[in-house]
Amino acid sequence: MKVAVITFPGSNCDYDLYKAAQQVGADATFVWHRERGLDGYDAVLLPGGFSYGDYLRAGAIARMSPVMEDVIEFAHRGAPVVGICNGFQILCEAGLLPGALVRNASLLFSGKDVHLRVERVDTHFTSQYEPGQILRVPIAHGEGNYEADESTLERLEGEGHVVFRYVDAAGEATDAANPNGSWHNIAGIINDEGNVLGMMPHPERAMEELLGSTDGIGIFTSLAASLSAVAS
Amino acid sequence: MTPRPGILDPQGKAIHHSLNSLGWDSVEDVRVGKAIYLDLAAEDEGSAVEAAEAMCRKLLANPVTETFEVSLVDVPAGDDGADGAAT
Repeated sequence: MKVAVITFPGSNCDYDLYKAAQQVGADATFVWHRERGLDGYDAVLLPGGFSYGDYLRAGAIARMSPVMEDVIEFAHRGAPVVGICNGFQILCEAGLLPGALVRNASLLFSGKDVHLRVERVDTHFTSQYEPGQILRVPIAHGEGNYEADESTLERLEGEGHVVFRYVDAAGEATDAANPNGSWHNIAGIINDEGNVLGMMPHPERAMEELLGSTDGIGIFTSLAASLSAVAS
Repeated sequence: MTPRPGILDPQGKAIHHSLNSLGWDSVEDVRVGKAIYLDLAAEDEGSAVEAAEAMCRKLLANPVTETFEVSLVDVPAGDDGADGAAT
Protein backbone atom coordinates (compact mmCIF):
# COMPACT_ATOMS: atom_id res chain seq x y z
CA MET A 1 0.00 0.00 0.00
CA LYS A 2 1.52 3.28 -1.16
CA VAL A 3 0.44 6.27 0.84
CA ALA A 4 1.12 9.95 0.13
CA VAL A 5 1.39 12.32 3.08
CA ILE A 6 0.88 15.82 1.70
CA THR A 7 3.05 18.43 3.39
CA PHE A 8 2.15 22.11 3.40
CA PRO A 9 4.19 24.98 4.83
CA GLY A 10 3.10 24.88 8.46
CA SER A 11 2.07 21.22 8.61
CA ASN A 12 3.25 19.79 11.92
CA CYS A 13 1.70 16.32 12.13
CA ASP A 14 3.18 15.09 8.87
CA TYR A 15 5.83 12.92 10.55
CA ASP A 16 3.27 11.44 12.97
CA LEU A 17 1.07 10.53 10.03
CA TYR A 18 4.01 9.12 8.08
CA LYS A 19 4.95 6.95 11.08
CA ALA A 20 1.34 5.87 11.60
CA ALA A 21 1.10 4.75 7.97
CA GLN A 22 4.39 2.86 8.28
CA GLN A 23 3.22 1.22 11.49
CA VAL A 24 0.45 -0.57 9.59
CA GLY A 25 2.83 -1.65 6.84
CA ALA A 26 2.31 1.14 4.33
CA ASP A 27 5.01 2.50 2.07
CA ALA A 28 4.67 6.18 3.00
CA THR A 29 6.04 9.13 1.02
CA PHE A 30 6.00 12.85 1.76
CA VAL A 31 4.56 14.87 -1.12
CA TRP A 32 5.35 18.59 -0.99
CA HIS A 33 2.40 20.85 -1.72
CA ARG A 34 4.04 22.18 -4.89
CA GLU A 35 4.56 18.74 -6.42
CA ARG A 36 2.14 17.49 -9.01
CA GLY A 37 0.72 14.05 -9.72
CA LEU A 38 -0.49 11.36 -7.34
CA ASP A 39 -0.44 8.43 -9.76
CA GLY A 40 0.65 5.21 -8.16
CA TYR A 41 -0.58 6.08 -4.67
CA ASP A 42 -3.35 4.05 -3.04
CA ALA A 43 -4.31 6.60 -0.41
CA VAL A 44 -3.67 10.27 0.36
CA LEU A 45 -3.34 11.67 3.88
CA LEU A 46 -3.57 15.37 4.75
CA PRO A 47 -1.87 16.11 8.06
CA GLY A 48 -2.66 18.48 10.89
CA GLY A 49 -0.83 21.69 11.58
CA PHE A 50 -1.21 25.34 10.78
CA SER A 51 -0.71 25.61 7.05
CA TYR A 52 0.04 29.20 6.10
CA GLY A 53 -0.38 30.20 9.73
CA ASP A 54 -4.16 29.72 9.45
CA TYR A 55 -4.20 33.13 7.73
CA LEU A 56 -7.51 34.18 6.18
CA ARG A 57 -9.25 30.97 7.36
CA ALA A 58 -7.72 27.67 8.48
CA GLY A 59 -6.98 25.68 5.33
CA ALA A 60 -8.09 28.38 2.89
CA ILE A 61 -4.69 29.11 1.39
CA ALA A 62 -3.41 25.51 1.50
CA ARG A 63 -6.48 24.55 -0.50
CA MET A 64 -5.08 26.61 -3.40
CA SER A 65 -1.80 24.65 -3.44
CA PRO A 66 -0.92 23.02 -6.78
CA VAL A 67 -1.12 19.49 -5.36
CA MET A 68 -4.72 20.05 -4.26
CA GLU A 69 -5.90 19.78 -7.87
CA ASP A 70 -4.47 16.28 -7.87
CA VAL A 71 -5.96 15.49 -4.46
CA ILE A 72 -9.38 16.54 -5.76
CA GLU A 73 -8.98 14.39 -8.86
CA PHE A 74 -7.74 11.50 -6.71
CA ALA A 75 -10.82 11.79 -4.49
CA HIS A 76 -13.14 12.04 -7.48
CA ARG A 77 -11.70 8.75 -8.75
CA GLY A 78 -13.02 7.20 -5.54
CA ALA A 79 -9.62 6.62 -3.94
CA PRO A 80 -9.35 7.06 -0.16
CA VAL A 81 -8.40 10.46 1.24
CA VAL A 82 -8.10 11.25 4.95
CA GLY A 83 -7.74 14.74 6.39
CA ILE A 84 -6.92 15.14 10.04
CA CYS A 85 -7.33 18.43 11.91
CA ASN A 86 -5.90 21.03 9.49
CA GLY A 87 -6.31 18.34 6.83
CA PHE A 88 -10.06 18.23 7.58
CA GLN A 89 -10.21 22.03 7.33
CA ILE A 90 -8.45 21.87 3.95
CA LEU A 91 -10.85 19.18 2.66
CA CYS A 92 -13.82 21.38 3.60
CA GLU A 93 -12.25 24.42 1.96
CA ALA A 94 -11.63 22.32 -1.16
CA GLY A 95 -15.26 21.26 -1.28
CA LEU A 96 -14.42 17.57 -0.90
CA LEU A 97 -16.41 17.56 2.33
CA PRO A 98 -19.42 19.77 3.12
CA GLY A 99 -19.47 22.45 5.80
CA ALA A 100 -16.67 24.35 7.50
CA LEU A 101 -14.68 24.40 10.72
CA VAL A 102 -15.03 27.70 12.54
CA ARG A 103 -13.61 29.12 15.76
CA ASN A 104 -14.14 27.00 18.88
CA ALA A 105 -17.18 28.19 20.81
CA SER A 106 -14.90 28.83 23.81
CA LEU A 107 -12.66 31.04 21.62
CA LEU A 108 -9.77 29.07 23.11
CA PHE A 109 -7.35 26.64 21.57
CA SER A 110 -8.09 23.22 23.01
CA GLY A 111 -5.43 20.53 23.41
CA LYS A 112 -6.49 17.49 25.43
CA ASP A 113 -7.69 13.90 25.20
CA VAL A 114 -11.33 13.44 24.24
CA HIS A 115 -13.63 10.45 23.89
CA LEU A 116 -15.07 9.61 20.51
CA ARG A 117 -17.87 7.25 19.62
CA VAL A 118 -17.50 5.31 16.38
CA GLU A 119 -20.81 5.85 14.58
CA ARG A 120 -20.07 3.81 11.46
CA VAL A 121 -17.96 0.68 11.07
CA ASP A 122 -18.88 0.01 7.44
CA THR A 123 -16.32 2.48 6.02
CA HIS A 124 -12.80 2.18 4.59
CA PHE A 125 -11.54 3.87 7.73
CA THR A 126 -13.42 2.24 10.61
CA SER A 127 -13.99 -1.44 9.74
CA GLN A 128 -11.59 -2.59 12.47
CA TYR A 129 -13.63 -0.95 15.25
CA GLU A 130 -16.70 -2.28 17.01
CA PRO A 131 -20.01 -0.47 16.44
CA GLY A 132 -20.34 2.26 19.07
CA GLN A 133 -16.78 1.72 20.32
CA ILE A 134 -15.48 4.51 22.52
CA LEU A 135 -12.00 5.78 21.63
CA ARG A 136 -9.69 8.06 23.57
CA VAL A 137 -7.79 10.30 21.17
CA PRO A 138 -6.22 13.76 21.54
CA ILE A 139 -7.47 16.96 19.97
CA ALA A 140 -5.39 20.11 19.39
CA HIS A 141 -7.21 22.89 17.59
CA GLY A 142 -8.64 26.38 17.82
CA GLU A 143 -10.98 26.08 14.85
CA GLY A 144 -12.73 22.74 15.09
CA ASN A 145 -16.30 23.83 15.48
CA TYR A 146 -18.14 22.03 12.68
CA GLU A 147 -20.82 24.16 11.05
CA ALA A 148 -22.92 23.87 7.91
CA ASP A 149 -26.28 25.05 6.68
CA GLU A 150 -29.31 23.29 8.05
CA SER A 151 -30.09 21.16 5.01
CA THR A 152 -26.51 19.89 4.90
CA LEU A 153 -26.60 19.02 8.59
CA GLU A 154 -29.88 17.19 8.21
CA ARG A 155 -28.50 15.27 5.28
CA LEU A 156 -25.32 14.34 7.17
CA GLU A 157 -27.36 12.86 10.00
CA GLY A 158 -30.08 11.41 7.77
CA GLU A 159 -27.65 9.63 5.50
CA GLY A 160 -25.28 8.59 8.27
CA HIS A 161 -22.25 10.61 7.23
CA VAL A 162 -21.19 11.28 10.80
CA VAL A 163 -18.40 8.80 11.55
CA PHE A 164 -17.10 10.09 14.89
CA ARG A 165 -18.86 12.06 17.62
CA TYR A 166 -17.49 13.66 20.79
CA VAL A 167 -18.88 11.82 23.81
CA ASP A 168 -18.18 11.47 27.51
CA ALA A 169 -16.45 8.42 28.95
CA ALA A 170 -19.81 6.67 29.17
CA GLY A 171 -20.45 7.24 25.47
CA GLU A 172 -23.06 10.01 25.77
CA ALA A 173 -22.89 12.94 23.34
CA THR A 174 -23.35 15.64 25.98
CA ASP A 175 -22.63 19.37 25.71
CA ALA A 176 -19.93 18.99 28.35
CA ALA A 177 -18.19 16.41 26.15
CA ASN A 178 -18.22 18.74 23.16
CA PRO A 179 -14.83 20.50 23.12
CA ASN A 180 -15.53 23.09 20.45
CA GLY A 181 -19.25 23.67 19.96
CA SER A 182 -19.57 21.45 16.88
CA TRP A 183 -23.13 20.86 15.77
CA HIS A 184 -24.39 17.52 17.20
CA ASN A 185 -20.91 16.87 18.67
CA ILE A 186 -19.57 16.08 15.19
CA ALA A 187 -15.88 15.11 15.28
CA GLY A 188 -15.54 13.40 11.90
CA ILE A 189 -17.55 13.00 8.70
CA ILE A 190 -17.39 11.08 5.46
CA ASN A 191 -18.46 12.16 1.97
CA ASP A 192 -21.40 10.76 -0.01
CA GLU A 193 -19.21 8.28 -1.85
CA GLY A 194 -17.56 7.10 1.37
CA ASN A 195 -13.95 7.60 0.24
CA VAL A 196 -13.13 10.94 1.90
CA LEU A 197 -12.87 11.17 5.69
CA GLY A 198 -12.26 14.34 7.67
CA MET A 199 -11.80 14.44 11.43
CA MET A 200 -10.52 16.98 13.95
CA PRO A 201 -9.05 14.54 16.54
CA HIS A 202 -5.61 13.06 16.01
CA PRO A 203 -5.59 9.25 15.69
CA GLU A 204 -1.96 9.43 14.51
CA ARG A 205 -1.07 10.64 18.01
CA ALA A 206 -2.79 7.63 19.59
CA MET A 207 -0.67 4.83 18.15
CA GLU A 208 1.53 3.83 21.11
CA GLU A 209 0.87 2.88 24.74
CA LEU A 210 3.83 5.07 25.63
CA LEU A 211 1.91 8.10 24.34
CA GLY A 212 -1.21 7.28 26.30
CA SER A 213 -3.51 5.53 23.83
CA THR A 214 -3.51 3.10 20.95
CA ASP A 215 -7.12 3.79 20.00
CA GLY A 216 -6.13 5.59 16.79
CA ILE A 217 -4.56 2.52 15.20
CA GLY A 218 -7.91 1.20 13.98
CA ILE A 219 -8.23 3.95 11.38
CA PHE A 220 -4.95 2.98 9.77
CA THR A 221 -5.49 -0.79 10.02
CA SER A 222 -8.97 -0.30 8.55
CA LEU A 223 -7.51 1.65 5.64
CA ALA A 224 -4.83 -1.02 5.11
CA ALA A 225 -7.45 -3.79 5.22
CA SER A 226 -9.67 -1.94 2.76
CA LEU A 227 -6.81 -1.39 0.32
CA SER A 228 -5.58 -4.98 0.52
CA ALA A 229 -9.13 -6.16 -0.16
CA VAL A 230 -9.15 -4.01 -3.31
CA ALA A 231 -5.76 -5.33 -4.38
CA SER A 232 -6.59 -9.02 -3.93
CA MET B 1 -16.89 39.32 5.36
CA THR B 2 -19.57 38.65 7.95
CA PRO B 3 -20.63 35.35 9.52
CA ARG B 4 -23.83 34.08 7.97
CA PRO B 5 -26.94 34.27 10.13
CA GLY B 6 -27.32 30.97 11.91
CA ILE B 7 -23.59 30.32 11.99
CA LEU B 8 -22.33 30.45 15.54
CA ASP B 9 -20.15 33.54 16.00
CA PRO B 10 -18.29 32.97 19.27
CA GLN B 11 -16.35 36.23 19.00
CA GLY B 12 -19.55 38.21 18.49
CA LYS B 13 -21.10 36.44 21.47
CA ALA B 14 -18.14 37.23 23.73
CA ILE B 15 -18.14 40.90 22.70
CA HIS B 16 -21.91 41.10 23.11
CA HIS B 17 -21.61 39.77 26.63
CA SER B 18 -18.82 42.19 27.44
CA LEU B 19 -20.72 45.22 26.08
CA ASN B 20 -23.80 44.24 28.08
CA SER B 21 -21.79 43.86 31.25
CA LEU B 22 -20.30 47.32 30.69
CA GLY B 23 -23.82 48.68 30.78
CA TRP B 24 -24.71 48.90 27.08
CA ASP B 25 -27.94 46.97 27.50
CA SER B 26 -29.19 48.32 24.18
CA VAL B 27 -26.88 45.98 22.27
CA GLU B 28 -29.04 43.14 20.99
CA ASP B 29 -26.61 41.29 18.77
CA VAL B 30 -22.97 41.45 17.72
CA ARG B 31 -21.46 39.85 14.64
CA VAL B 32 -17.72 40.03 14.03
CA GLY B 33 -16.50 40.00 10.47
CA LYS B 34 -13.37 41.22 8.80
CA ALA B 35 -12.43 43.80 6.21
CA ILE B 36 -9.81 43.19 3.53
CA TYR B 37 -8.48 46.28 1.74
CA LEU B 38 -7.37 45.63 -1.81
CA ASP B 39 -5.36 48.11 -3.78
CA LEU B 40 -5.89 47.10 -7.38
CA ALA B 41 -5.37 48.38 -10.87
CA ALA B 42 -8.55 48.39 -12.92
CA GLU B 43 -10.01 50.03 -16.04
CA ASP B 44 -12.92 51.48 -14.12
CA GLU B 45 -14.90 51.10 -10.92
CA GLY B 46 -17.18 48.42 -12.33
CA SER B 47 -14.36 46.12 -13.29
CA ALA B 48 -12.64 46.70 -9.93
CA VAL B 49 -15.78 45.59 -8.11
CA GLU B 50 -16.22 42.66 -10.45
CA ALA B 51 -12.65 41.49 -9.86
CA ALA B 52 -12.97 41.87 -6.09
CA GLU B 53 -16.21 39.88 -6.10
CA ALA B 54 -14.54 37.10 -8.06
CA MET B 55 -11.71 37.05 -5.51
CA CYS B 56 -14.22 36.80 -2.68
CA ARG B 57 -15.97 33.86 -4.31
CA LYS B 58 -12.73 32.03 -5.07
CA LEU B 59 -10.66 32.67 -1.95
CA LEU B 60 -11.43 35.56 0.35
CA ALA B 61 -14.80 34.40 1.70
CA ASN B 62 -16.07 30.95 2.56
CA PRO B 63 -19.63 30.82 1.22
CA VAL B 64 -20.56 28.17 3.80
CA THR B 65 -19.95 30.45 6.75
CA GLU B 66 -19.66 34.00 5.45
CA THR B 67 -21.36 36.59 3.33
CA PHE B 68 -19.35 39.32 1.66
CA GLU B 69 -19.88 42.81 0.41
CA VAL B 70 -17.62 44.80 -1.90
CA SER B 71 -17.43 48.58 -1.83
CA LEU B 72 -15.14 51.23 -3.24
CA VAL B 73 -13.24 53.64 -1.07
CA ASP B 74 -11.10 56.57 -2.10
CA VAL B 75 -7.38 56.10 -2.15
CA PRO B 76 -5.69 58.65 0.13
CA ALA B 77 -4.14 61.58 -1.71
CA GLY B 78 -0.54 60.96 -2.73
CA ASP B 79 -1.14 57.28 -3.29
CA ASP B 80 -0.52 56.71 -6.94
CA GLY B 81 -1.99 54.47 -9.55
CA ALA B 82 -5.27 52.94 -8.56
CA ASP B 83 -8.61 54.34 -9.60
CA GLY B 84 -10.11 53.13 -6.38
CA ALA B 85 -9.67 50.40 -3.84
CA ALA B 86 -12.31 47.79 -3.37
CA THR B 87 -12.88 46.59 0.15
